[in-house]
Amino acid sequence: MIQSTPKIRIRGLCKAFGPKIVLDGIDLDVMPGTSMVIIGGSGSGKSVLLRCILGLIPADAGTIEIDGVNVLTLPPRRREEVIETIGMLFQNGALFDSLSVWENVAFGLLAAGRRHGRRPSRAEARATAGRMLEQVGLDPSVGALSPAELSGGMQKRVGLARAIAGQPDILFFDEPTTGLDPIMGAVIDGLIVDCVRKLGSTAIAITHDMASAQRIGDQAAMLYKGKLIWQGPAASLLNSGNPMVDQFTHGRREGPISMELRR
Amino acid sequence: MNAVLDFIAALGRAALNLVRTAGALTLFGLTALSHLVRPPFYWRIFFGALIEIGFFSLPVVALTALFSGGVIALQSYTGFAQYHAQGAIAGIVVLAVTRELGPVMAGLMVAGRVGAAMAAEIGTMRVTDQIDALTTLSTNPMKYLVTPRLLAGTIALPCLVLVADMLGVMGGFIVSVVKLDFSAPAYIAATFAAVKTIDVTVGLAKAAVFGFLITLMGCYHGYTSRGGAQGVGSATTAAVVAASILLLASDYLLTDVFFSQ
Repeated sequence: MIQSTPKIRIRGLCKAFGPKIVLDGIDLDVMPGTSMVIIGGSGSGKSVLLRCILGLIPADAGTIEIDGVNVLTLPPRRREEVIETIGMLFQNGALFDSLSVWENVAFGLLAAGRRHGRRPSRAEARATAGRMLEQVGLDPSVGALSPAELSGGMQKRVGLARAIAGQPDILFFDEPTTGLDPIMGAVIDGLIVDCVRKLGSTAIAITHDMASAQRIGDQAAMLYKGKLIWQGPAASLLNSGNPMVDQFTHGRREGPISMELRR
Repeated sequence: MNAVLDFIAALGRAALNLVRTAGALTLFGLTALSHLVRPPFYWRIFFGALIEIGFFSLPVVALTALFSGGVIALQSYTGFAQYHAQGAIAGIVVLAVTRELGPVMAGLMVAGRVGAAMAAEIGTMRVTDQIDALTTLSTNPMKYLVTPRLLAGTIALPCLVLVADMLGVMGGFIVSVVKLDFSAPAYIAATFAAVKTIDVTVGLAKAAVFGFLITLMGCYHGYTSRGGAQGVGSATTAAVVAASILLLASDYLLTDVFFSQ
């Protein structure tokens, strides 16, 4: 049976920084178990959208419903509980450099355990971190290293292991392949798809890497000047029929999207 | 006329900025303090900060205190010898060190060393999304990063100042006995006769206030830093400058409250 209630439902979401309007009445539905890829140029508001959903940036107007509950009006404690169900892979990994790799991976588990009064022992947390590292194709011995000792690709994988360690219902990926070579990008995409399928999570990924978008996404949407100008299957990204999307996905200089360059 | 208006507008902007920053800082400090009584408390972070502030600052604070005590003994000898009042040097050294120099020198050293490091560490965490990552991992960044450091600074600095007091007095003793030919037993007796419990305790109370202010400045400027490496650099400088100024201003206020009769 197909569930009709969206896992994430956004209506009229607005955000501006001073006079600059970044999100201008975003409407978006993400159905349970699907992967939504949001594409758009640099500075188009993709990261701001994710941060508004996570509550890292307060929205100016609109609603963000997760499982039918508007998280923007929830009291802080209840909102923290909702955020606990979301895993996030940051663009640059955002690993805590004062902690070892396994402590990074187990951080959320220990924090959630502390909140709920059933904190796992450090040995248990380390064992879980080892399993998560294996799941993203890393040897558990990597857990003893510091994040600074890892390559960019390994840091992304550790970030992914940290994001999935709490078995979240929702996963966010902020430009997961940026800064990686094409092969490592494909590896990370493959791991993301595997993890999302294994957990049965709902995912939102933001990227401007078209190959990555098609590998990760079931659905896709394009953000331009604060508005979602197109939504459709990720498979049709390269032949969407929308001139703006076509220009963006094919990387054409000429077209309806004009880059604001000072001449 | 326009130049006058521009000047007044600039003054107004500066005043508004000052008020805004003071308000933000007060709110930041109160929020951090409120987490002291709301579990969980991050003991590992607290003990880490305690060791970083208290233990690793010991060499620099100890050397500063030792030489400061020696310098006071030398300088006061130069002045007091003219009036044949060399006997007062032991009292001058112990009072200057316990009341002022111990807390202030230790505070300035810790502000330069720890305040800067804290602002740089937390600022780097801010610009590399690590603070946002904490939020997504069910951890309140204020509770995790700021509260344990504030408490550690407030506890560690009085301990450092106690050591600085002893070493400062020892510096004065060494210079007076070795270089100025004072009698060691007479110097020690004069030191104990001059110092009162309140001199030491007020110095330690000052140190607790300085420790709080230094860590507050380090955490606040780091936490609110923006704009990459340059932003972190500016935050570090601002943390040290603000901590040093606040430290000296609060030193004056506390001295006025406790010692001016």
